[in-house]
Amino acid sequence: MMDSAFSTADLSAIWLTFKLAAVVTIILLLIGTPIAWWLARTRSWLKGPVGAMVALPIVLPPTVIGFYLLVAMGSSGPLGQLTQALGIGLLPFTFAGLVIASVFYSLPFVVQPLQNAFESIPERALETAATLRASALDTFFSVALPLAKPGFLTASVLGFAHTVGEFGVVLMIGGNIPDKTRVVSVQIYDHVEAMEYAQAHWLSTAMVVFAFVALLALYTFNPTGRRK
Amino acid sequence: MRLVSRFAARMLISICLLVAVQTAHAGEKITIAAAADLKFALDEVVEIFSKAHPADRVETIYGSSGKFQAQIRQGAPFDLYFSADIAYPRALRAEGFAVFEAQPYAVGRIVLWSTSRDAGKLTLADLTNLSIRKIAIANPKHAPYGKRAEEALRATGVWDKVEAKLVYGENVAQAAQFVQTGNAQVGIIALSLALGPELAKQGSYALISDKLHQPLEQGFIITRRAAANPLAQAFARFIAGREARAVMTRYGFVLPGDVK
Repeated sequence: MMDSAFSTADLSAIWLTFKLAAVVTIILLLIGTPIAWWLARTRSWLKGPVGAMVALPIVLPPTVIGFYLLVAMGSSGPLGQLTQALGIGLLPFTFAGLVIASVFYSLPFVVQPLQNAFESIPERALETAATLRASALDTFFSVALPLAKPGFLTASVLGFAHTVGEFGVVLMIGGNIPDKTRVVSVQIYDHVEAMEYAQAHWLSTAMVVFAFVALLALYTFNPTGRRK
Repeated sequence: MRLVSRFAARMLISICLLVAVQTAHAGEKITIAAAADLKFALDEVVEIFSKAHPADRVETIYGSSGKFQAQIRQGAPFDLYFSADIAYPRALRAEGFAVFEAQPYAVGRIVLWSTSRDAGKLTLADLTNLSIRKIAIANPKHAPYGKRAEEALRATGVWDKVEAKLVYGENVAQAAQFVQTGNAQVGIIALSLALGPELAKQGSYALISDKLHQPLEQGFIITRRAAANPLAQAFARFIAGREARAVMTRYGFVLPGDVK
């Protein structure tokens, strides 16, 4: 029935998925690090509420996130009006829209490992740096960051893998456009709907292998999640 | 503490009542899997049918025709299957999953639908217009309404020009929803959805000539599991009857035996 394992449409879905996950992981590391640092260090009463907000996507069904993003990014939604005023147009059905949705969706998977890593840095290490008259920023980059390295590895792998595994949100705001929003999970769904089970198998097997290797790498190089 | 226990007691009583009501239900029950374009029309048909069968229960689940077909093959608990494309139930009959040959119950129509502009004056050729940035259709790969939308766009000769603007809904109802939320300016959806109570208020439509695409011949079957269910038989008779036909006609369906 088929000559090769993956059709060109499948390959472009795979490439798109990796591109999406890579961009989202980089953005998440950039915005997740300060959030995690703050959550790990603060004594503010806001710690609880902010932590809960960050964790919301873990418990919310993807349909809730998809529905609200679709409405909010639509022509009369607040985000949609903002993007239109800025001359960007509307975000649903675009790669940028998927990036924003995925940043929401995968946020806790990056913030929480980082927060754990920052919390496990002994207070003394930071105090010592301070007595050596290191600035706060210097302390962060030369003491905290190296000590939290395993946390960054966990956060990157989980953020990346979780974005690759995204389906419900993409189905609701993606519009299934080749090379823009048709990621692997959606492509598999289409194959199944069209009863192309052989192609669905190929892509699904690839996903299983990818997920296993990613997690295996994580557990092998990062056995306890933190190094004492 | 007393307040809490009183609340708990009340909850318990309500749950018991609910369970009692559910189990005391003595009548028959059927579950219908229906194509998304039937959402409003079939809801009304079921409402009328249920009035005549107060002791029985009819449950309807809407989704894409292709998915339901695959699910019935895998033993899904559906008693009747109303597909947007008669080819799907025909295949099921050929494989032994149906009690009788697939029965045609309606022919669907596609329309251009919009909430942001007067769609009444729109034509397929207008879709190349620059002010229309996104056009929503059902996925032609597996949704009957999407296939017909693609055929109509190709027949008009605008497919190549509008393809880059197309966004694909999982089924025809999602295509309508993309327009409803203001994310697509125009959609090609089922006439039966455009005539639904909510959508009719929000938007306007222009009928697409049925000479531009293959007919959307829709068919249904009773599945094997419901072979001995009298309620399933009664519903199959009801859908061909006068009352049900009146509802279906109101939602823009062309019915078997009717002259166009």
